[in-house]
Amino acid sequence: MDFITWATSPWGRSVPIHIAWYLMWLAVIAGLCFMIVHALYVIIVAPPKKFAKFAENAAPAKAEAIPERVPRHSLAARAFHWIMAASMLTLLITAFLPKMGVHFNWVLYHWIAGCVLTVSIVFHMIHASFYMDFWSIWPDKTDMRDATRRLLRFFGKPAPRPSRFAKYPLENKFYHGVIMLAALAVTVTGLFMMKRVETIFFTRNPYLFSDMTWGLMYVLHGLAGVGLIALVMVHVYMGVRPEKLPITKSMIFGWMSRDFYLEEHDPERWAVKDSSPSQEKRGYAASDAD
Amino acid sequence: MAVIRDVMPAFDLLQPGSAADAQKLLDQYREDAWVMAGGLDSFDWLKDRIKKPKVLVDLSGIDELKGIRQTGDGIEIGAMTTLTEIENHPVVKKDYGVLLQAVGLVASPQIRNQGTLGGNVSQDARCWYYRDGWPCYRAGGNICYADTPVGRNREHAIFGADRCVAVNPSDSAPALIALDAKFVIRSSKGERVVDAEDYFIGPDVDITHLTILQPGDLLTAIRIPGAWAGAKFYFEKVRDRNVWDFPLMNVASAMVISGGNIERIRLAVNAAAPRPMRLKSVEDAVRGKPANAATGEMAGKLAVQGAVPLQFNAYKIPLMRNLVKRAIGGAQEATWTS
Repeated sequence: MDFITWATSPWGRSVPIHIAWYLMWLAVIAGLCFMIVHALYVIIVAPPKKFAKFAENAAPAKAEAIPERVPRHSLAARAFHWIMAASMLTLLITAFLPKMGVHFNWVLYHWIAGCVLTVSIVFHMIHASFYMDFWSIWPDKTDMRDATRRLLRFFGKPAPRPSRFAKYPLENKFYHGVIMLAALAVTVTGLFMMKRVETIFFTRNPYLFSDMTWGLMYVLHGLAGVGLIALVMVHVYMGVRPEKLPITKSMIFGWMSRDFYLEEHDPERWAVKDSSPSQEKRGYAASDAD
Repeated sequence: MAVIRDVMPAFDLLQPGSAADAQKLLDQYREDAWVMAGGLDSFDWLKDRIKKPKVLVDLSGIDELKGIRQTGDGIEIGAMTTLTEIENHPVVKKDYGVLLQAVGLVASPQIRNQGTLGGNVSQDARCWYYRDGWPCYRAGGNICYADTPVGRNREHAIFGADRCVAVNPSDSAPALIALDAKFVIRSSKGERVVDAEDYFIGPDVDITHLTILQPGDLLTAIRIPGAWAGAKFYFEKVRDRNVWDFPLMNVASAMVISGGNIERIRLAVNAAAPRPMRLKSVEDAVRGKPANAATGEMAGKLAVQGAVPLQFNAYKIPLMRNLVKRAIGGAQEATWTS
């Protein structure tokens, strides 16, 4: 079974034209498998902990300094996330529904959603680089050390207790890295592919690249696209898991509770900065990450 | 790409005796089945070894799909009725002249003897890049060879292109749209009836098909209501070789004229776009106006608004303008202008 569909060009050369569409179903199955395995793991092996009172995790004086509502995502960050989510879902629906036999004018909606995604990614890159704590989403030495400790403890080996997370858990950081690569792949290839269809931006030029280069571009676009099916499924699944709901809610309202913060996060690694009096009144505080 | 010509690939030949059996077979084999009506489109594909179905469902033995029946409201033409039979049928001659003219201009007498109405409206695109087996969009690839600066696109679309620029080649389609015909499609879910104009789809919706027929679907009949029986009809087909050829463009109109003015009208052109175009805006614009050259002139100009010619088919814009002009004003009244 070939995962690339090949064709013979008019010059007799074998060229890739796109991925085999069964990969779409493979991605759905992979996403479902992940959910099932993870759900079983959580139920059988490692049930989620109940929130401990903040006093148990932090020195009372330190904990008292933490506001009741810990700011996590700025309005701009949340707006980016949801715009990107909407465009990503539109892209997946418009790309794969026609392959499932639901026919509609998908190309138009697909490239419009692609443009929205591209703009939101560019915004995010600038925003994250200059207005957020850029390194907070990238794994650091402590993450790797703690990951090793967790692994050793999982296999019953002696290891010191890992520390709590910084702003983002390690799996969150890995997920961000993978989805970033997939999104960049579909965006960059998609922008070139817009040269092949009628849009308001470019004059069509199907001869911009050779048949082979175009074919590889379509294949990369398709592979990243089906990869995003599984990634989005996993992301939505994680977003609706009960123990992760505080994180999901923070992506809606911008803050998480002090209890959750102290339970999951290390104030040494994700410091909540001092807040303004007006914010204090409402229990808000500024985060260094936003 | 086809390399072996005139040697058909191996397939199982299935010859059902009823529409129900045919539909069951189509449902059973779905994408692996090829439906053959008169065979005029099918044998090109098969002999060029570009389409290689596992089974071929030959409808020629199904009598219930043949013939023209009068119904309470108009006529019903079986999908397997030959074009010659339609051309010679007295009711068609008397009441539905536009269809008679349209099928009478399809290809050659031999082809009309073999070709069916269902086959004529369901035939595939005639773009030679596609027919030659090149991996274009319509063939599931990622390029349109005709829509390039050097692509041979003289016969291609000036409207409605979306990646693929091939046109629908049917002569009977615009006549059936002008007559407000209904297409009867049978599937495992039952029978559904669609308007003629909705039977055809463009590449924006489904780039690999010209019609809404899906695997398992069988076009069984075409119903023509009596509402347009005896109307004033016009059909004109322009082609490179008048002996027999596909249309460079064709036009069909049905008009009811009252007191010299157009009371009701349906107007369609084909080979201008990937699907036959019903010109609703033109119909709206000319309704209530006199059926003369001046109205035709206005209609022609309106019809070509928004046309986007390719490298070698800009001639289709004046062609369409003149055909629409003549369809409204009549060939005698409306003079040809470039």
